[in-house]
Amino acid sequence: MLCMAAKDDFGRAGEQRAAAHLRARGFDVLDRNWRTAGGEVDVVARRADALVFVEVKTRTTDGFGDPLEAVDARKRARLWRLANAWCAQHPELARGRARRLDVIGITGADPATARLEHVEDVPWV
Amino acid sequence: MGVMRTWAVALSGLEGTLVEVEADLTHQLPEFHIIGLPDKALGEATQRIRNASENSGLALPKRRLTVNLSPASLPKQGSGFDLAIAVAALGTAGGMDAASIAATAHIGELGLDGRLRPVPGVLPAVRAAARAGVRRVVVPWANRAEAELVTGVQVTGAVCLADVARLHGADVEELPPLEPVAAADDDRPPGEPMDLAEVIGQEAGVEALIVAAAGGHHLLMTGPPGAGKTMLARRLPGILPELDDEAALIAASIRSLGGTAVTRLDRTPPFEAPHHSASVAALVGGGSRIVRPGAIVRASEGVLFLDEAAEHRAGTLDALRQPLETGSIVIHRAGFTASFPARFQLVLATNPCPCGNYGVRGAVCTCPPIAIRRYLGRLSGPLLDRIDIEVTVERVSVAHADRGRPSVTTAQARQRVIEARARAAARLRDTPWRLNSQVSGGWLRQGPVTPPPIVRRPLDAALHRGSLTLRSYDRVLRVAWSLADLAGDDRLGPDHIGRALYLKKGIPI
Repeated sequence: MLCMAAKDDFGRAGEQRAAAHLRARGFDVLDRNWRTAGGEVDVVARRADALVFVEVKTRTTDGFGDPLEAVDARKRARLWRLANAWCAQHPELARGRARRLDVIGITGADPATARLEHVEDVPWV
Repeated sequence: MGVMRTWAVALSGLEGTLVEVEADLTHQLPEFHIIGLPDKALGEATQRIRNASENSGLALPKRRLTVNLSPASLPKQGSGFDLAIAVAALGTAGGMDAASIAATAHIGELGLDGRLRPVPGVLPAVRAAARAGVRRVVVPWANRAEAELVTGVQVTGAVCLADVARLHGADVEELPPLEPVAAADDDRPPGEPMDLAEVIGQEAGVEALIVAAAGGHHLLMTGPPGAGKTMLARRLPGILPELDDEAALIAASIRSLGGTAVTRLDRTPPFEAPHHSASVAALVGGGSRIVRPGAIVRASEGVLFLDEAAEHRAGTLDALRQPLETGSIVIHRAGFTASFPARFQLVLATNPCPCGNYGVRGAVCTCPPIAIRRYLGRLSGPLLDRIDIEVTVERVSVAHADRGRPSVTTAQARQRVIEARARAAARLRDTPWRLNSQVSGGWLRQGPVTPPPIVRRPLDAALHRGSLTLRSYDRVLRVAWSLADLAGDDRLGPDHIGRALYLKKGIPI
């Protein structure tokens, strides 16, 4: 069992890996771990004309279910509110761009080499 | 990732419709949806399939799975679709032979451990699949004997989901073998045979029963309590000929729909005796989403016996009129209709009055006249009009009970009935009818076997007097032909007409 600090480090390592993956795929990472009272957006990136909000889920095993399954309707609704809040704070970046949601699931003991799954354009609701 | 297809069957009454189950995998967050008008039980299939797959060592793809049941506008009920949905869903992950899955119909409910549970209505479902051209069906182990009753289709009984996956070429790791889920017990144990020879005295009643069996005539027995009306009625299925393949399959399909385990074809005609408190829904069938066959449907191809007929509510008796005429019952519900066969032979038994002693020699009836009239008036005219034979059953006197004369046995009676029916079928071979009770009045009066006027004279006289309606005239002719068939005569004689008149009107002429 990982202790709390170790869990946070593990999640951070997963986000690191996800950001690297996005850059390699031609995404332009604009923001990371953007927080408000309503929660946190893991990664905000830009590709072509789309503003991409990315939720990263990292797990050591899929014994408790696939990481992608954890992004349920409630979580997606919250991400929609967070995306709006981010856009309100960054109007110069948000103007004229479509907002979409991507989810990256990482499963494995070491996030640097674990299995990475990237689902693009997930419906917000 | 492509669309995977297989087949299931949706039942509406005894009619089955082949349902195409298609599963599609899209690159989205993991979800599992069923569309195509599923009911609650069917919508819950996703949970059962998820757990059953996991416990069978099979993995559902971790992407969005959409399962469509087509035709999408047809409402679908029950858990019998579980297996087809599971196989189509698992198939989208690859590793199974798509052609094999697409050529097979799957029927069965899944348990969380992956075992297949029996479902009602497998027999009509497999029949529908076979008729629609499906050559292979997979059914739960407990239903395989039932499914094998259908010819022209290859039946595979599977114990669990992993078995089915292996059948379609999946490489599933061997888990410890599971105990097959057993079927519910057959609720029709071979009861003690009831022989006609046990009926003492009552020659008239026995003879009327044989005539009714020979011609398929509906029968009304009137008599005091204890005279033996119920005893006689219960012996009617025994003297009817055995059901042919088609009729036996229909009877078994109806029992299967009712949730009874069917393991063999029972060729004894069914016998249903609903209690006189039965509602219309109990008689004709009912239910809001799933329509269950009622007593008249379960009696199809056999005998419906209504004891204490005058105690039945008037509405329930009159609900019988339409099925008596058409041989089927159509039940309408919001969104769908279910049609069932209802070709039964009706046997009514009633007391002559509320106390039961009216007209009985040596007994005193305590009923006021109005009560007697009201009692028999509960059997409505239109219903009585459909009864061919009305017979009075009297209490057996001491002399009769002691004489111990050997009476007719069931085997002898059935032999006579079979011969009489063969004679009727030979006479009716150029017509759509097989039994005397089915023949139209016009054919009887103007057809090739119309009796000469001299023979018809007592009937014509009764018609002129107004004591017979034209409909009753035809009924007397039908019964007369059954009497002639039983006697081995090829043409109607005055005796047959006279006896038939007696059986219809209950009066000697």
